[in-house]
This record gives sequence, structure tokens and C-alpha cells, in this order.
Amino acid sequence: MFRTLVKKRDFYAGGLMTLLGAAVTLDSSTYTLGTLTHMGPGMFPLMLGVVLTFIGVLILGTAAATPLSDDEHIMPKQREWRGWACILAGPIFFIVLGEFFGLVPATFSCVFVSALGDRTSTLKDSAILAAGVTFFGVLLFSYVLKIPFPMFRLGH
Amino acid sequence: MFSTALTDLWYGFGVALEPHNVMWCFIGVFVGNMVGVLPGMGPLATISILLPLTFGIKPVGAILMLAGVFYGAQYGGAICSILLNLPCHPPHAVTCLDGFPLTKKGRGGAALGITVISSFVGASWGITEMIFLSPILVVVALKFGPAEICSLMLLGLLAGSTLARGSPLKGVAMTVLGLLIGIVGSDIETGTPRFTFGIPNLFDGVEIVALALGLFGIAEFMKSVNQLSEVDTKYTNVKFKDLRPTREEFRRAIPAMFRGTIIGSLCALIPGTGPTIASFISYATEKKISKTPELFGTGMIEGVACPEASTHSSVQGDFIPTMSLGIPGDAVMALILGALMIQGIVPGPQLITEHPDIFWGLIASFWIGNIILVVLNVPMIGLWVKLLTIPYKYLYPSAMFFVAIGVYSTNNDMFQVGEVVVIGIVGYLLMLLDFHPAPVLLGFVLGPRFEENFRRAMLISRGDVLVFIKHPISGVFIGLCVLLIVLQIYWRLRSPKSLPTEMPLGTDHKVPAAAE
Repeated sequence: MFRTLVKKRDFYAGGLMTLLGAAVTLDSSTYTLGTLTHMGPGMFPLMLGVVLTFIGVLILGTAAATPLSDDEHIMPKQREWRGWACILAGPIFFIVLGEFFGLVPATFSCVFVSALGDRTSTLKDSAILAAGVTFFGVLLFSYVLKIPFPMFRLGH
Repeated sequence: MFSTALTDLWYGFGVALEPHNVMWCFIGVFVGNMVGVLPGMGPLATISILLPLTFGIKPVGAILMLAGVFYGAQYGGAICSILLNLPCHPPHAVTCLDGFPLTKKGRGGAALGITVISSFVGASWGITEMIFLSPILVVVALKFGPAEICSLMLLGLLAGSTLARGSPLKGVAMTVLGLLIGIVGSDIETGTPRFTFGIPNLFDGVEIVALALGLFGIAEFMKSVNQLSEVDTKYTNVKFKDLRPTREEFRRAIPAMFRGTIIGSLCALIPGTGPTIASFISYATEKKISKTPELFGTGMIEGVACPEASTHSSVQGDFIPTMSLGIPGDAVMALILGALMIQGIVPGPQLITEHPDIFWGLIASFWIGNIILVVLNVPMIGLWVKLLTIPYKYLYPSAMFFVAIGVYSTNNDMFQVGEVVVIGIVGYLLMLLDFHPAPVLLGFVLGPRFEENFRRAMLISRGDVLVFIKHPISGVFIGLCVLLIVLQIYWRLRSPKSLPTEMPLGTDHKVPAAAE
């Protein structure tokens, strides 16, 4: 019974919500609860935490009640580690290079790295795309919208 | 009442026809039409990306533009469905069923022509509905106390999360998660920081732009990367003169168009049943009352006209509860409401009297926008068809830049960019577990107001929880909530697999549907 249960997506979905709900419930009891008439900051989150725990248990219940279907899989069939890594690395490059070197390197690296996530992309393609987006992006944000972000800088 | 509505509308046209407002409206519908055509980009992601760019412009212009993106995308989405058989925009998924066979028969142009006409008819009806219904709703809603507002919000949240796609239980879970994310930050009354993990950047709460871009930007891109197949351009050679339907096609499409319009406008009135459900119901109805139901799916023009008209009438109708009550029915409306709140405007029934320029200007701009869309779509069909071929591998990296810079520019704070990455990862994990992220935004936008009114209602009633049932109007809303839950359980028990919202579609799983 348990062995089929751990293959089900709803087992993890319900479990996650139950855990989250329990954590919220516990954490909100550290704030002042107050009375129903004068509610403190902890009361509303406490209620939500209880509701979320309850729903999580219900999802777990439906997971146990429904039979396991054949095509049940939690991870997608094709695991796009490269795509996922590149998409997440893009904004991280943006943060780091933006913080130390300015908008132009940040934009270029963000687009360049994200573009490498596509399996058919090449270094040259990605560089051309990144250069194009950097040109128009900097034009729009630095000159038209004037956001306070120097185009180039060194150090923090 | 009708005559005041008409004079107000006249005033609205004055606002909407100011040159800069016409410009924002044009930009909105143009961008909307463009992303509607592009496979893999949805109106939600686009509105989230444009949201930070609207901080510098006046509230009226900002709202006209963001709303324009939403209804403009519906025009574009139909092109994608009919010519490519790609249901990348959920409201137009049913249009594929008869639209693509028509394309194969060489009548794709006519199907597009009928679509544009149906869309305009549907939208016009939806707008008319909004003009006359909203003031009546407002008169009623202005009498609401905190208890009534609270129950109404509860009803809106419950309907928004259980009637949309997917499992109702998971929808409610996501709404509660949204409410919890809305709590992050300092408590309004006491100033106590809640769920901030000691990070000072979180004391002002989670930024709506970061939440929306994480869920509908980064998480969506993670889902779609390398999953979109090359677009088949065999049938996309459509010219202006191909758009003209024959007399026979026209005769068959017109009654279907009006039936679709009515269904769409009815669906719009129930919170949570947006354009997607409206289009499904209208297609099913059209098939049921047709004399030749067996021919549906082989290229019936009615199967295109009816769902398209109902989508558009429902899209415009969706604005009614959002603008007149401050209760959004779906994630797009929640974002538009969020945009209003960023501009310092409190949503709710007082909006029409306090900011008539926004309300009536928006309504007037719907008509202007729809006329612009008809003009854009008919002679320029060739341009949109060309856009279909832009590959996703160029689209999403460019969008990533807009995500990063957009979220940075909200507070000029790099911390927010990190926040969007974290929200993106969480959003993708939730999607893997079959949660739909749209209700999160609904809960997030309504959360703070919900808590505030809840506290106030309890204070007035001196801690009596039964106040929500004792007040008659509030009691009716609570009764409807109970009815909704009972109906959901009943549907589950009767037929566990076939919920009315999950109709067989024959969707190609290689094409992930962009969020509505």
C-alpha cells in the first residue's frame, strides 16, 4: 500500500501542503494571538495554517483513495537540466554582474546564459541575441525610462 | 439610471480619446495581439512584464494599456489556434477543433474573418453589459459592511479557485498559499513583522511584480524550454482578400455568434468561470443544438464563431466584478487590480465615484481598442502570420531580461531579482505537483483586504463569529459558498474523472499551454 502511495504525485502534493500548513500554524502561535474581538497579528495566519493543514490532509486522502494510474510521473518525461539551470542562472548572473559591473554586462550575461538553455542554440546565436537585447534594452531603460542603474561600474 | 450611464460613457470617451490615452491603448492592444500570436507567451506573463513599466505613467494610461494586452491577446490567440492547431492559449483551445480543419480545407482565411467579426460582436455585448450592470452593482455594494465584504471575498476566492482548471482541492490550497504570501511583511495594525525570516527587505511584503514574474515568467519558461516544437508553416499563407467569408458561411455563423455572446456574458457574471470555461460551454452547446452534430470537428464555421464570441464577451464581462466590487475573478484581473493598487487607488465599489476617469475611460477604451484590433487584424493579417514563426529560443531569453530588469526597477533593489528566482523555482515545483499557480495571485491580491475586513467585522460584532450568517446579505454569500462546496463534492462523487471543466481536448502534450 505504502509502496504505491509514494509513487503518486498527490502524495507529495498533499504532504507538502500539510507540512507547510503545520509550519505556518506553529510559527503563527509565536505571534500575539489576541482575542476574537481584538485579533492580534497571529490570529489570521493561525487560521490559514489550520485550513492549509486540513486541505493537505484531504489531498493526501484522495491520493490514498484513487488507484495509481499507469502514466503517473512526477518529474516530466524529458528532464531539461540544462534548460532549467540556464534559465535560473540568467537572473543570478544579472544580480552578480549588475551589482559589480553595471547594466550592460548584466543584461548581456543574463540573455546569453538563458539562451544557452535551448538545446539547439549555439554560442554565436546566443551572443548575437544577447547583443541585440542589450542594445535595445539599455536604450529603453537607461535613456527612455531613466532607471537609476549605471551602464558600467567597477566594484560596489 | 440609463441616461446617467450614457452621459458617464460620453465623459469616458472624452478621457479615452485624449491623445496619450489612445496611444497607451494602442500600445496595449498591439503588444497583446503580438503575444497572443506568439506560441509560448501568454497575456499573464506579458502583463507582469509590462507592470513595472507602468509605474511612471498616469493610472488611466496604465490601466488602459494593461487591459488592452489582455483582450488584444484574445484576438491573436485565435490566429494561432486556427492556422497552426496550437492551443497555446486556453480560451482558444476549442477553436482548434473546427478552425484547423477549415484551414486544411483552404477556408482558414474565412475562419479568421468570422473570428474577427464574432470577437467584435462578443466584446461589444460584454462592454454594454458592463456599462449598465456595474452602476447597479455599485449601488448595492456601497451598503456593504465589513462582514458582507468579507463573505463576498470568500465567495470570490472559493469560486476562483474551485471553478478554474484542475482539482478544486488543489485550487483552494493555492488560494490559501496566496493569502499566506500576502501576509508576509509588517502587520497593518501592530507593525509586527510576520513570516519575514528576519530579512529587512521583506518587511514591506512580497512584491506583486516578483510574485507574478516568478510564477508566470520563470516557472513557465522552465516548463516550456525545449518543449515547443518547430511551427509548421504549411497553411499560414493567408492574405487580406482570403478573410472574406462566403454568404453561406456568414448566414450560418451569425446565429452561432449571438448564442456564444449570451453564454459568454452569463459566464462572466460567475466569478472564477473566465473565458476558457465560457468557450468550452458554448462549443458544447453549439454542438448539441446543431442539426448535424456529427459534422463538428470537420470544419464547421459555427464551431469557430460561437466559442470566439463567447470568449470575448466573457473577457470584457470579467472586468465587471473587478472594477465595480474590487473582487477579481481570475489571475489576470488580480494583476490589473494589483496595478491599480500600486498606483495608490483603492479598489472597491467607491472606485466609480472616486475615479470616474479610470472606470469610464476604461470602458470607452474597450471600444476604441476593439476597433483598433479589427483594423489591425484585417489588413495586417500577413504580419501576424509572420510573427508565428519566431522561434521560442529567441523569445524566452529576451523575456528573461525583462523579468530581471522589471523586477529590479520596482524598488531598485537586487534583492527582488533573487526573490523572483526563488518564487520561480517554487512555482515550477508546484506545477510539477499539478498545482495551478493562478489562484495564488488571487489570494495574494485579496489577502490583506480580507484580513483587514475580517478583523473589523469581528471587532464590530464583539467577537461573534456568527455575524457572517446573522447579517442577511452576508448570510446569502456564505450560503452560496456552502452550495459551491457541496456541488463540488457531489460532482466528484458522481463522476470522479469527468469534471465539467476538464473536457477531452485532444491537446498535443508537446505544446504546453501558456497560463491564461
